[in-house]
Amino acid sequence: MQYGLFFFVSLVFFGFTGVNTYFDISKEDVELKIPKGFPKPVYTFKNNKLSPEVFVLGRRLFYDPVLSKDSTTSCASCHQRIAAFAHIDHALSHGINGLIGKRNVPALQNLIWNDAFMWDGGVNHLEVQPLSPITNPIEMNESIAHVIVKLKADPAYVAEFKKAFGDTTISSERILKSLAQFTGLMISSNSRYDKYINGEDTFSLAEKRGLELFREKCGTCHKEPLFTDNSYRNNGLKPDTSLKDKGRGAITGSESENYAFKVPSLRNVEMTYPYMHDGRFRNLSQVLDHYGSAEKYGANVSKEMYEIGPLSDQGKKDIIAFLRTLSDKTFIYDRRFVDPSVK
Amino acid sequence: MASFWLAMSFTMQAKEDGKLNIMFDHYVGKQPLQFDSVNYKNGASQAFTVTKFKYYIGDIHLQRKNGADVVFTDYYLINEEEQESKKLMLEPLPAGEYAGIEFIIGVDSLHNCSGAQSGALDPVNGMFWTWNTGYIFLKLEGKSPASKSPGNFFEYHIGGYKQPANCIRKIRLAFNKVLSGESINELHIKVDVAEILKAKTIIDFSQLSSVADFHNATMIADNYMDMFSILSTKQ
Repeated sequence: MQYGLFFFVSLVFFGFTGVNTYFDISKEDVELKIPKGFPKPVYTFKNNKLSPEVFVLGRRLFYDPVLSKDSTTSCASCHQRIAAFAHIDHALSHGINGLIGKRNVPALQNLIWNDAFMWDGGVNHLEVQPLSPITNPIEMNESIAHVIVKLKADPAYVAEFKKAFGDTTISSERILKSLAQFTGLMISSNSRYDKYINGEDTFSLAEKRGLELFREKCGTCHKEPLFTDNSYRNNGLKPDTSLKDKGRGAITGSESENYAFKVPSLRNVEMTYPYMHDGRFRNLSQVLDHYGSAEKYGANVSKEMYEIGPLSDQGKKDIIAFLRTLSDKTFIYDRRFVDPSVK
Repeated sequence: MASFWLAMSFTMQAKEDGKLNIMFDHYVGKQPLQFDSVNYKNGASQAFTVTKFKYYIGDIHLQRKNGADVVFTDYYLINEEEQESKKLMLEPLPAGEYAGIEFIIGVDSLHNCSGAQSGALDPVNGMFWTWNTGYIFLKLEGKSPASKSPGNFFEYHIGGYKQPANCIRKIRLAFNKVLSGESINELHIKVDVAEILKAKTIIDFSQLSSVADFHNATMIADNYMDMFSILSTKQ
């Protein structure tokens, strides 16, 4: 409601002043601002100078199903803004032709602090990440060469590439760099937790207890302020044999890393349900039941899993109360990331 | 004394930069490589035909007899199907005496971790793994009745820039005649597909029709590093 009102007010405001419209992107909109307390990012835009025109092109591509073989599936089909760009209430990713993938769609946020991408860390650079879903037969099943053919045939895109890069060349490098500008600026750092840390908000008693318990039980892997240490761990889940997914082990070829998956950030975790790499848990209670349980499956379970110990019902409730403070409505409703084709 | 220096500088000026054309000539043993139609034999006496052959070359050092190497940092994708790709033109080549060449087959770690790239390293060339980032250094595909895969195909896609799967190999070749660097120099490098299948380890198509693990990948890399030799050097 509040945000609907904001939308309305900003439309009226920008409409009257004629200075800006809801979907216009200014130079200030694409400034990289490192949030207080965040480390130096891995991806710095050093070889991909931020500009409103390139960002707008990236946004258009992100929301355009032209990237898929049959033009049915866009990045945003699975990465929904209202779910911090995860796929809300879907355990496994959905591709073209009704195909179901083998992993839960991860949220897109604070990507420039990631040293690798995907649940298995197989992709080593933000710019080349989109090539994986675009070419995956059970996701978008398209070739980058054919994407270029389709974009070249569309005068609107030809004009937009010229605006962004100064000439009409459409190349994989330009497609990928513009997508990296759009996704790279998806920064979530304005949750109640952030305000609490910066002394701008208060926590309830349950939230305070939750934060304390979280730091003790979960904070090693879900390290503040990004809520991940970017490591790969086997957290003791029994592998779903129907998925045949060895996770990190399939990337490194190392048996000791079989069934290890990337520690996901917990920012906006309230919105990104279901949980785990295969989306097996419907809600946060189930997640905490797993971590509090003594039952761990696998020979290479991360030692931190055994250090958690049992979690009381009150403790679980407190942790969940705390986790909800990581929701960042400013990020979810940031007009820069809204689908421009809805206008 | 003054006239001597003058004379010297004149000679120096006369020695202008030249260029070097490198031709990669593809063979299977003694026969020039021909796709599809010609039957060859591998080290295990199994018949085969070739349907695809392409690879990356980069970090080219031309070694001077006296002085530092002249380095060309670009990458080149050599593709049997594209005649033009088999000829590299390197310039300028400063005057001097050149005794050999050094290059890598593959793509170095830096260029495997640099995000979106263009030219030879554009992922559009089909030499890029999207699910486990990295360039495919070499593709050799063909058919053999010995292969047990559907359609009797064999398909070796080799890459990997990290240990223990590192398939980058450095090649050093001594010229059979010193090149001066002046004018147009020509170098023919023989690239022998047969060596990929036998140089250090004999590959049996019935045992290995595609590569999915780093043991076999590095084994083939150890073979392919021996596929280059100097055919001729001329000026």
